[in-house]
Amino acid sequence: MANLKAPTARTFKYLTLIIGAFCALAPLVVVLFASFKSSQEYMGTGPLTPPQDWFNFDNYRTAFVKGNMLTGFKNTAIIMAVSLIGNILIGTMIAYVLQRFTFKARGMIMVAFLFAALIPSVTTQVILFKIVHALGLFNSMGSAIILYLGTDIIGIYIFIQFMENISTQLDESAMLDGASYFTIFAKIIFPLLAPAIVTLLIIRGIGIYNDFYIPFLYMPDPDLRTISTSLFAFKGPFGSHWETICAAVMLIIIPTVIAFLALQKYIYNGFTQGAVK
Amino acid sequence: MFSLSNLSYKAQRIVIIVTFSFVPILLLLTFGYLPVVGMFKYAFTDWNGISPNYHWVGFDNFKRIFTEEKYYEGFLNSIYYFGGSFVQLAIALYFATILSFAVKGKNFFKGVLFFPSMINSVAVGLIFLFFFRPEGTLDTILGFFGITDPPKWLLNTKIINISLVGASVWRYLGFTFILLLGAISSVPHDLYEAAEIDGANRWHQFKYIILPSIRRIVAITLILSISGSVAPFEIPYIMTGGSNGSNTFVIQTVTTTFSYSKYGMGSAMAVVLFLIVIFVTLLQKSFIKEEK
Repeated sequence: MANLKAPTARTFKYLTLIIGAFCALAPLVVVLFASFKSSQEYMGTGPLTPPQDWFNFDNYRTAFVKGNMLTGFKNTAIIMAVSLIGNILIGTMIAYVLQRFTFKARGMIMVAFLFAALIPSVTTQVILFKIVHALGLFNSMGSAIILYLGTDIIGIYIFIQFMENISTQLDESAMLDGASYFTIFAKIIFPLLAPAIVTLLIIRGIGIYNDFYIPFLYMPDPDLRTISTSLFAFKGPFGSHWETICAAVMLIIIPTVIAFLALQKYIYNGFTQGAVK
Repeated sequence: MFSLSNLSYKAQRIVIIVTFSFVPILLLLTFGYLPVVGMFKYAFTDWNGISPNYHWVGFDNFKRIFTEEKYYEGFLNSIYYFGGSFVQLAIALYFATILSFAVKGKNFFKGVLFFPSMINSVAVGLIFLFFFRPEGTLDTILGFFGITDPPKWLLNTKIINISLVGASVWRYLGFTFILLLGAISSVPHDLYEAAEIDGANRWHQFKYIILPSIRRIVAITLILSISGSVAPFEIPYIMTGGSNGSNTFVIQTVTTTFSYSKYGMGSAMAVVLFLIVIFVTLLQKSFIKEEK
């Protein structure tokens, strides 16, 4: 009996894993199939039929050129680069001050950041919109950049935790050599934070790359479309050309696949670290 | 020339604290707290967002939220998303448990199950619009099983929310899964070995070792999903725009504010959402405290 039970459990285990993998992949694979089909082929074949020609890149060309996806990638890249650099600088700076110094307002600042994390961001957009407007940033990349720039408690925590393991003896010996606090931060602490910075770059980078809400609300100008909003724009004019839409979807997923395969370990760790705090 | 290193460390300390915290705190106040203050202020007015004049209307906006169907409809749909989060948790827990033991192709399955949660939300929306199309992927798969008369997944008002929740579960499952996997893998392995010697099977190990050790993170995930289910936005907005009875409270807030320029009403809706989420979060915090 026991001998019979073990293989059944094993079979069940692998069966469910295969079903799970199928459910995760099927919606993606059919999009990949459709992206290589010609218009006629798409109309004439079922979604689960692989394309006749795996090298038919016509839809990709159409999506890229007519859908202005180059603009989208360019804008996303600019916004990502600027706000990630700013985000890291701001995050490490405030973490340095909060971890290395004790001063009166320290506790208050921590609580302020902690409490801000509880505020659901979707709810504040109503007024945030007016603030961004008042700052003259509406319909400019500045709006997205400034909103992504601000650090949050998760970033601060990750940096502080990491900094706790950087011995203060390093600071002290640098001080004996006459280094200023700024030099200590820039030359010693910041470089040693590299692993934590990588973690945060990944979490934030994925977040910005995938964000739809902020570019959609604050940058309606077609020239300012990011990859999310330019993909969203496909819904209208290409409404019935699913093969083109599918190619556009694939174009946006490909960088994600590459990033995922290259950075798997960091991504798993980053997400686990970022969420549980 | 001014140089920081010419100052005493005491003076430097003040300079560095002030300059390093100035920008982060300014950003926090402007984009984190100012909107909350404004939200509470305008929630009691009929401001249209443009006019300098507006009237104090007391609790009128709030009364309308709970009495007019177009406003509270979103909350009713939250029930679907809430139900979906239990399904999501159960599936994630199952796969996380299996994959924390020796399995062939472990990394492959781990990656495949996680990957959807990295995909751009607009892409996810379009992927599922395609998936649910009449005679599309889902209908074809069902056809293999002899179901030839499937419903209209995104047009039938009775089914649309289930379809959308399905897409949400697909998207967020991987995230929950990886969190739980991390938690389970921190359970010391000799516990399993000891249990095996005592004759415990996999189910016993799950029930008596794994579940108690990850109780806290399961509870957090569950509570977070309550606040998550009041506020679904991206997937339903991208896929249906809230039509055919798939409206959510956040979609309604966005359209009320930005399409109809009812900033007062939008603020009141935001306040309601804000209070719910804060309440749930406090619940979570007190729960965690009790656990410790």
